[in-house]
Amino acid sequence: MPTVPLHRIAQARSGDKGEGSNVGILARSEAAYTFLAETLTEACVQDFLKEINFGGVTRYLAPNMRVLNFLLEDSLGGGGSASLKTDAQGKTHGIGLLRLEMDVPSAVLDATPPPPA
Amino acid sequence: MKNKVLIGNGQGFWGDSILGPIRLLREGPLDYLTLDYLAEVTMSIMQKLRQRDPNAGYATDFVTLIDRVLPELLEKGTRVIANAGGVNPHACKDALLEVCRKHGATGVKIAVVDGDDILSDLDRMIGGGEEFNNLDTGAPIGDVRSRITSANVYLGAFPIAEALAGGAQIVVTGRGTDPGLVLGPLIHEFNWGPEDWHKLAAGTVAGHIVECGAQCSGGNFTDWRAIPNLSMVGYPVLEVEPSGDFCVTKHEGTGGLVSVETVTHQLAYEMGNPERYLTPDVIADFTSFRLKADGENRVLVQDTRGLPPTDTFKVSMSYSDGWKSVGQLTISGPDALAKARLCAKIVWDRLAYDDCEYSEEERLEEYVGAGECHAGLPGGTSDSPAEVVLRLGVKGPDRAKVARFGPELVPLVTSGPPGVTGFAGGRPKAQEIIGYWPALMSKHLIQPTVTVVES
Repeated sequence: MPTVPLHRIAQARSGDKGEGSNVGILARSEAAYTFLAETLTEACVQDFLKEINFGGVTRYLAPNMRVLNFLLEDSLGGGGSASLKTDAQGKTHGIGLLRLEMDVPSAVLDATPPPPA
Repeated sequence: MKNKVLIGNGQGFWGDSILGPIRLLREGPLDYLTLDYLAEVTMSIMQKLRQRDPNAGYATDFVTLIDRVLPELLEKGTRVIANAGGVNPHACKDALLEVCRKHGATGVKIAVVDGDDILSDLDRMIGGGEEFNNLDTGAPIGDVRSRITSANVYLGAFPIAEALAGGAQIVVTGRGTDPGLVLGPLIHEFNWGPEDWHKLAAGTVAGHIVECGAQCSGGNFTDWRAIPNLSMVGYPVLEVEPSGDFCVTKHEGTGGLVSVETVTHQLAYEMGNPERYLTPDVIADFTSFRLKADGENRVLVQDTRGLPPTDTFKVSMSYSDGWKSVGQLTISGPDALAKARLCAKIVWDRLAYDDCEYSEEERLEEYVGAGECHAGLPGGTSDSPAEVVLRLGVKGPDRAKVARFGPELVPLVTSGPPGVTGFAGGRPKAQEIIGYWPALMSKHLIQPTVTVVES
């Protein structure tokens, strides 16, 4: 199975949500959505973002939009105006998660248009 | 009844470009222009401004905008809905009346929607049994009561519709839900009732899509290379039908892109549980609708479903939560990262010498350029950046201790390793931290007020 960054099969948008952030992962195809709903678990995201998020991770699904929504509980250094961090609003967390390397079946890749070069 | 209403949102937050609304008015047809100026901490900042000046405490940018576009607005008959009122919507209205006078515009109807500010009623409400426990943590209000600086209810969209029914061309509100700015005119135009949950949900989804301005029309988009002419990005325009089905688009000839993907990006923004998007008017189900491309820069959103709302309002309170100070220096190579680490150590050592020590939780070291945003991620960090921006910060309840930090940063230019620069902006100062306290309260205690005046 080819190894590709999540970016190959998904897009992302993130922002602040209280003392944490939300990362919406947008699958680039139905095949990619089905694959990600199976493989991109809370545990997987929790582990990958362990130096960014220090709390739990909750996942919600919105199949009508091919979206997997991850809530990161403690990722903003306190959140709001209490945060000292550069990215106090989690604006960069989405494209950060797209760096995740995944083993993706060739059939899923074939069914998923790549991002523009 | 119109068979289609055009609504454009020209402002995603206080600080967004004034060109958004100016170009929306100029570059295509528009029935309503909505403008979102309020974030959670904004109310507290405005409350502070009002304490110093009883005529302040609203988004002055809005008055500047109306001053620039009033003739166009009157000529086209576009109606404006803005939550620019902050904690002093009547002062905002007075400033708008002054702008009308300046332009010689008479007979312009301006409405104020308020009743959201419960700061002065808070103790009475607590005495009456309202708990105001922190919605996120469950902590009791007693923990922060003496430090609360603003308290506002998120009002729904029906008072906005009432203001429009009263003939207002400009509606100024205090705190309300962001999507309510769009839902209000739809309730007014299509005569939707409080139990038309699917339609109210559709209007809420529409409002959510446009509430951050260009963030649904090509801004902050993953595949940014595919977005044409971001310089002249078109702010979003909604074409809404009486059924609640709507099209997201932008004016012809503007930059940016409206596609299923750009719209979905915004739908995922600040998302919680997508099945339950709570507003005072309805619970919108973000897993219910269908998105469909409908030609160039047009996306249809159809069949949105909603549920009856809860019996509570959300309250947004802010409170004084201590102090913080953040500053930065730029450190050039060679060995930029090692030198930056030494700089941080020097600052903490010198402060410790002067009996100023901060715990791990109270201080921050960032090495911007070496991998802060994407710490620990593959490709997100570098061991040998050509140069580094060193950001240091401290926070805590003791203002003097926080303020002591700033003066030890700039001396590194002459008493640290070589290649330290970028100290423009002077000494970092202590700034107040504004804490955010979300809570719920009984709906029946709140009575929104609509006032219409004429210039």
